[in-house]
Amino acid sequence: MSLWEYANPVKFMATSGRILPAFAVAAAVVTLAGVAWGFFATPEDYKQGATVKIIFLHVPAAMMAINAWAMMLVCSLIWVVRRHHVSALAAKAAAPVGVAMTLIALFTGAVWGQPMWGTWWAWDPRLTSFLILFLFYLGYMALWAAIDDPDTAADLTSVLCLVGSVFAILSRYAVNFWNQGLHQGASVLRAGAVTGADTEEKVSNVYAVPLFVSMAGFVLLFIALVLLRTRTEIRARRIKALEARARMADA
Amino acid sequence: MRALLIRDIRLAVRAGGGFGLALAFFLIVVVLVPFAVGPQPDVLGEIAAGVLWLGALLACLLSLDRIFALDHEDGSLDLLATAPVPMEGVVAVKALAHWLTTGLPLVLAAPVLGVLLHLPEPGFVWLTVSLAVGTPALSVIGCFGAALTVGLKRGGLLLSLIVLPLYVPVLIFGAEVARRGVEGFAVGTPLALLGGLAAGAVALLPFASAAAIRINLR
Repeated sequence: MSLWEYANPVKFMATSGRILPAFAVAAAVVTLAGVAWGFFATPEDYKQGATVKIIFLHVPAAMMAINAWAMMLVCSLIWVVRRHHVSALAAKAAAPVGVAMTLIALFTGAVWGQPMWGTWWAWDPRLTSFLILFLFYLGYMALWAAIDDPDTAADLTSVLCLVGSVFAILSRYAVNFWNQGLHQGASVLRAGAVTGADTEEKVSNVYAVPLFVSMAGFVLLFIALVLLRTRTEIRARRIKALEARARMADA
Repeated sequence: MRALLIRDIRLAVRAGGGFGLALAFFLIVVVLVPFAVGPQPDVLGEIAAGVLWLGALLACLLSLDRIFALDHEDGSLDLLATAPVPMEGVVAVKALAHWLTTGLPLVLAAPVLGVLLHLPEPGFVWLTVSLAVGTPALSVIGCFGAALTVGLKRGGLLLSLIVLPLYVPVLIFGAEVARRGVEGFAVGTPLALLGGLAAGAVALLPFASAAAIRINLR
């Protein structure tokens, strides 16, 4: 029993087919529970009023937008090193999900920013680097779409993903240097905050607990969507192979 | 490698529409800016450094698809791949040729165009220095984008979509050096970061570009 068994598409399809319904149901239940708990069962903030509740969509979406790219990076590395097709297809499948998460984070941020900061958009480092991340996703997906040969496409997008990751991190710190921000710092998942070692401002547990539920829900949702999309990609690849075989038989 | 460099420079200079085009584009962008924002000297002076950086970046982008596309069409890229020079060396030389024919003229032209945009006096030195340090990075990064898209029929737009996000850090630090130079602040920190970025890109990206070329030639 090792992870590499799932490099075999048959094994991957069998296992993912079995666990996908469980993940889908769990994603729906946990996400809805977290968001509903956050929306209806938490008090309004003394300063932000009801707008604080957008955190239950904004933070999990932003977290998954970054983690989706990290997953694509790992999958690209596995493809480059070990050449497992399932891995390349999983990276391809994760990109549109990551774009959707990036857009949700940008949109909910704008909706929250309008009443709180008095502006839909500010050239704040975090906002700007998310916009740049969005552009990286677009370039990555456009390169996948532009190349006909699937193996060449997988190779080239993997190279782009590796180089792009370095430049995405560089951009993240470059924009920090470029402009000071309005966006609050890390206030949820901080080692010191969890252990109580630091006394800096952090999100109150009233909000933090449903937020963690919502984050878990988004992780499950991401896994379910990526599994589903990877299965679709594998099936599309199989159809192409069957069509090619049929053409060979005709000729 | 020297022969390849000389060949690439000759091709860029003599084949029509390559060498002067980026420079002419740079000039036109700079000429169009006052029409768009108005001719007031103080407004122009404030944005001059940023406009010149952006213009140089776009002019650099314009000539990227010529780095490999022509060689790929007539088959000389296949010959270069089988030559005794490693692919990384070929890519590095081609990026150098691109810089010598595009980046260097832009660096030399920028102070002249700065006069047109009423760039404040102290800015001239640092604008030129920042462009001189930054444009090699633009060439190398662009070379990587060109290597990724060399096999594509209509790669031009895709090339810009891939390359422009990669230009963000260089543009930030380069424009910051120029801006601080204009305002008379110390430029050491952004200049060091820009230099580090350029050195890192020049040292590492040819390997990624060479890998992309090999994949495309397979």
